[in-house]
Amino acid sequence: MTSTEPRPIGFGRLQRKEDARFIRGQGRFVDDITLPGMLHGAVLRSPVAHARIVSIDASAALAHPKVVAVLTGRDMEARNLAWMPTMSHDTQAVLATDKVRFQGQEVAFVIAEDRYSARDGLGLIDVEYDLLPAVVNARTALDSDQPVIRDDLTGKTDNHVFDWESGDRAATDRAFARAEVVVEQDMLYPRVHPAPMETCGAVADFDRVSGKLTLWCTSQAPHAHRTLYALACGLPEHMIRVISPDIGGGFGNKVPVYPGYLCAIVGSIVTGKPVKWTEDRSENLMSTGFARDYVMKGAIAGSRDGSITALRVDVIADHGAFNATAQPSKYPAGFFNVFTGSYDLEAAHCHVRGVYTNKAPGGVAYACSFRITEAVYLVERMVDCLARELGMDPAELRLKNFIAPEQFPYESKTGWVYDSGDYERAMRKALAIAGYDELRREQAERRDRGELMGIGIGFFTEAVGAGPRKHMDIMGLGMADGAALRVYPTGKAQLSISVQSQGQGHETTFAQIVAEELGIPPEDIDVVHGDTDTTPYGLGTYGSRSTPVSGAAAALVARKVRERARMVASAMLEVSPDDLVWSKGPPARWQVKGDPEQGVTIQDIAMAAHGSVELPEGVEPGLDAETVYNPPNLTFPFGAYICVVDIDPGTAQVTVRRFIAVDDCGTRINPIIIEGQVHGGLTDGVGMALMELIAFDEEGNCLGGSLMDYLIPTAIEVPDWETDFTVTPSPHHPFGAKGIGESATVGSPPAIVNAVVDALQPYGVRHIDMPCTPSRVWDAMRGQGTPPQ
Amino acid sequence: MQVPAPFEYERATSVDHALDLLAVLGPGARLLAGGHSLLPMMKLRLATPEYLIDLDGLAGELGYIREPGPDGLGDEIRIGALTRHRELLESELLAQRLAIFPDAERVIADPVVRNRGTIGGALCQADPSEDLSAVCAAVGARMVIRGLEGQRVVDMREFHRGPYRTAVDDGEMLVEIRVPIRPAGGSAYEKVGRRAGDWAVAAAAASVSIADGAIEQAGIALTAVGAGVTSAEAEQLLVGRAPSEGLFGAAAELAAAACSPVSDQRGSADYKRHAAGELARRALRRATGRALRAQA
Amino acid sequence: MHVTLMINGEEVSRVVEPRMLLVHFIRDELGLTGTHWGCDTSNCGTCVVLMDDEPVKSCTVLAATASGHEIRTVEGLEVDGVLDPVQQGFTEEHGLQCGFCTPGMMLTARWLLDRNPDPSEAEIREAISGQICRCTGYATIVRSIQWAAGRPRDETVDR
Repeated sequence: MTSTEPRPIGFGRLQRKEDARFIRGQGRFVDDITLPGMLHGAVLRSPVAHARIVSIDASAALAHPKVVAVLTGRDMEARNLAWMPTMSHDTQAVLATDKVRFQGQEVAFVIAEDRYSARDGLGLIDVEYDLLPAVVNARTALDSDQPVIRDDLTGKTDNHVFDWESGDRAATDRAFARAEVVVEQDMLYPRVHPAPMETCGAVADFDRVSGKLTLWCTSQAPHAHRTLYALACGLPEHMIRVISPDIGGGFGNKVPVYPGYLCAIVGSIVTGKPVKWTEDRSENLMSTGFARDYVMKGAIAGSRDGSITALRVDVIADHGAFNATAQPSKYPAGFFNVFTGSYDLEAAHCHVRGVYTNKAPGGVAYACSFRITEAVYLVERMVDCLARELGMDPAELRLKNFIAPEQFPYESKTGWVYDSGDYERAMRKALAIAGYDELRREQAERRDRGELMGIGIGFFTEAVGAGPRKHMDIMGLGMADGAALRVYPTGKAQLSISVQSQGQGHETTFAQIVAEELGIPPEDIDVVHGDTDTTPYGLGTYGSRSTPVSGAAAALVARKVRERARMVASAMLEVSPDDLVWSKGPPARWQVKGDPEQGVTIQDIAMAAHGSVELPEGVEPGLDAETVYNPPNLTFPFGAYICVVDIDPGTAQVTVRRFIAVDDCGTRINPIIIEGQVHGGLTDGVGMALMELIAFDEEGNCLGGSLMDYLIPTAIEVPDWETDFTVTPSPHHPFGAKGIGESATVGSPPAIVNAVVDALQPYGVRHIDMPCTPSRVWDAMRGQGTPPQ
Repeated sequence: MQVPAPFEYERATSVDHALDLLAVLGPGARLLAGGHSLLPMMKLRLATPEYLIDLDGLAGELGYIREPGPDGLGDEIRIGALTRHRELLESELLAQRLAIFPDAERVIADPVVRNRGTIGGALCQADPSEDLSAVCAAVGARMVIRGLEGQRVVDMREFHRGPYRTAVDDGEMLVEIRVPIRPAGGSAYEKVGRRAGDWAVAAAAASVSIADGAIEQAGIALTAVGAGVTSAEAEQLLVGRAPSEGLFGAAAELAAAACSPVSDQRGSADYKRHAAGELARRALRRATGRALRAQA
Repeated sequence: MHVTLMINGEEVSRVVEPRMLLVHFIRDELGLTGTHWGCDTSNCGTCVVLMDDEPVKSCTVLAATASGHEIRTVEGLEVDGVLDPVQQGFTEEHGLQCGFCTPGMMLTARWLLDRNPDPSEAEIREAISGQICRCTGYATIVRSIQWAAGRPRDETVDR
């Protein structure tokens, strides 16, 4: 099983190390874990969106011969665990006590001998509900006639969560007042769901003798979860071990702590046996962290010659029944204020108001990069709206207004300092690959024949890699990440990192980072991740932060090792450390300045470091190092995307014919993996733009609770992707990398929607909300487009 | 993943055995064909039969596509009720004589589900959005239902009673579908979904036969839009007339006007009605093209 | 009730409830966890196995129905240390990221290539259209299968 290409040491096209187990079906996912005596848990969920709980009768369930225990809100209350803190300074019910506040909310937990009996047990619990009217429309959630959802919060008299603003309102108003052209557009980024192929779950094993809790869990942030359990459960943090084994996709869905995990933990404490809880797909779609649900009113100001001068937006953010979004604590709307995009504006202002509704809690997931998807969608749609108003080509309008390379580092009008960028270069590359002028000619010909073809552009700048401790924390935990590197006597190494993989290939890319620094081949570096007992503290994998933060930590810890190695090399070669220079080779080694024949590799040094070579004063034996990296800033990947669609005029079905993506993620560790990340994100975009939607009816019943209703693209709906890249390194990152994980999910939806709107120009369509299903496109063609419910 | 409630299980070894079991076990028993309509409902506990009679062993006996032959079967293609979707999709015979079947099978569910699901299972489940009911109605198929007392043959109008309801009584099972073959006949199916494998937002089935330059017989049926078993008014408009785009359009309009779609997440009622008409027109056009080529 | 079936060439027999789904039989009774599950409505395809050499969604087949049939799971692709070309292809062409949909995808690929040794891109996409991947965007899965299409199975290996 070898490729004919040379295997790189360091950055380059390296096949993944982790594939070996997955292609054999030997991955170890949470539901693959079986422990002796293990019991199975199942959650009873509310069938209604808003109701008082009158009574819960679990007697029939307890009488089932295979049911071992039933937990209700009352049982959790006795342990002070009926409520738990969320990552947004709110609280969330673990098992409902007074009321249920969304359809699918957790009401009871059945623990049984096997999963079938647990499911049977659910049907034997009798709950009486007293229905209350449901708040389903975020736009009217603050009206005085709406019921108060969070009456559990002392003094709460409405459904308001927060107000937040950014930018200069006065300067923006002035810019709009004097603008020659102003375009306004309402748009919705609908509620969607990350829906990883593996649902969420946990196996909790509490050892009554030692008092240690081991929790295997689908967690993107095992250390943060451990701290949260310590705070919530009163279990000492050093007696909790959280292990994220192989995870079948995260996409932000596996960042929050879910009630099911806590129920499994309490279940294990109560029964003295391991308890497994894995949710089914309807539970995943109905109750776990959704994404988006931003109702936006945008406005863009400019001059007739095509200068964009200002941007403003008002947002109503639907946070569901509990504000369980996971974002840095000072940023209730995440990094939404990066909505100024890739353009040099005179002024900008945004205001975001968060509200409660009777829907599932969450809001930050699905590669949102903390609301950057919403921000980029807003600005890229508004720019297209302005282009339309001006009669200007959307590529030309963007090129005219891009931040220029010499303006970096660039401070945006909402306070972000973009590290580096060369937007025009990426844009022109994408236009060339697409054959843009030829496409426009083709479009004109097709229009003459009554055919509907659209070309859409999406250009994005993200702010990822959270983040500097002084600005960014989640639940008070700073967003720094650690790395620990041990080099063994035979020159092999083990790297322990804070982030862990849900498919991104960390076992390969992080080995490549160390390989690049030390010249140890990646196959000789074991990357350890996901286990709080064996990895350094860090806030987890999301927001594209693995490469910018943990990747930086890995590079810096390798450099620490390299410096220790220098000391050992100086002793081995009997020269002063200052007389040594590092050469990348290959083979990489410390060698004597002016005498390159004299040199030693890390492998040589390792044996000496552990051996008996006399080391200089103050230099400890061994070749290990640790570091914690506090990033000085976020990083700002960017990209130029172009989408070509064809729409059937009779049925209004949209087909994505081509998609061109030029990405700049700074220094590229592994092009194979980068390309894969981009492909996956582009598919997300097709999904959201054309078919994905979590909808509710007026009673708060969730209409997207299965994969029959929540549609995810198959291989048929997506084209063969055309990808390319530019490299604009980040000046502050140890090796100039920026991160790529969410770029394509961020940049593709506006490109596709812009293409659909472009295709429908003959019908005078100015905007259409996602998802652009055939029915909704047809409505737009008849001038009757509305946001989805 | 959700799992069914407990039930007792029997394996049928023949059609007669299955009928005996149905008689003995009573209305609490359901037949399990390909399982891809029934088992999902059982997993969601929307169906909770006490007994399942597994027809897996009958796949040989009831899985066939027989062309009309000299042994007195007449001008009919006969399809066993347990014929899998995949077999219908890949049948050379159907591709030549009843292309509406591969048209529809290409867009029913997905390739993996098609390995197990059966035509009988789909027709008897009678989901308002499933495709083969309209296909069978358009081609004038007749359903062979067998019980302990014997066998009866009903046409689709009698067979298909509405959502989830068919003429198959307790104690009976569908065993065969018989489709008439006309000399210069052509048929086609057109469907719109939000994505590959999606249930129909709307779909149209059309079947025509041409004689002396005129449409001799026509069948039109719509899927998922609250239409009658067939669009009778539209069919009547076509008979005796020379085929033309204008005629297809007029017939399609009648068919669309006569259906009662419901607004839901798949689409608005207005859209579904529009799509039904558009698809009926396309199906008629394609069916006619095939009929004319068959004539040649 | 008794369920007896062939799994990866070996006969196994267990007593299970009639309602036990084939996917749980494979995973929980036999401990073969390479077959996964990811939905309740027969949509996702992470549970795909080969039954009598045809891909089926094992979450929608009763173990009882599978009794008497031959089942092949991902664990049966590699024989005597020799990887199936589809397994090699998925590694060569980065056809997997999280690995959750991968077993099902590879088995369907195996079925496709056995009946159509040189499929077009459209035929490949059609063949896997009943199985969802959230990670790869499908292009690398297509390339993985194309890689394997050029390389026949080692027919000397006893399967």
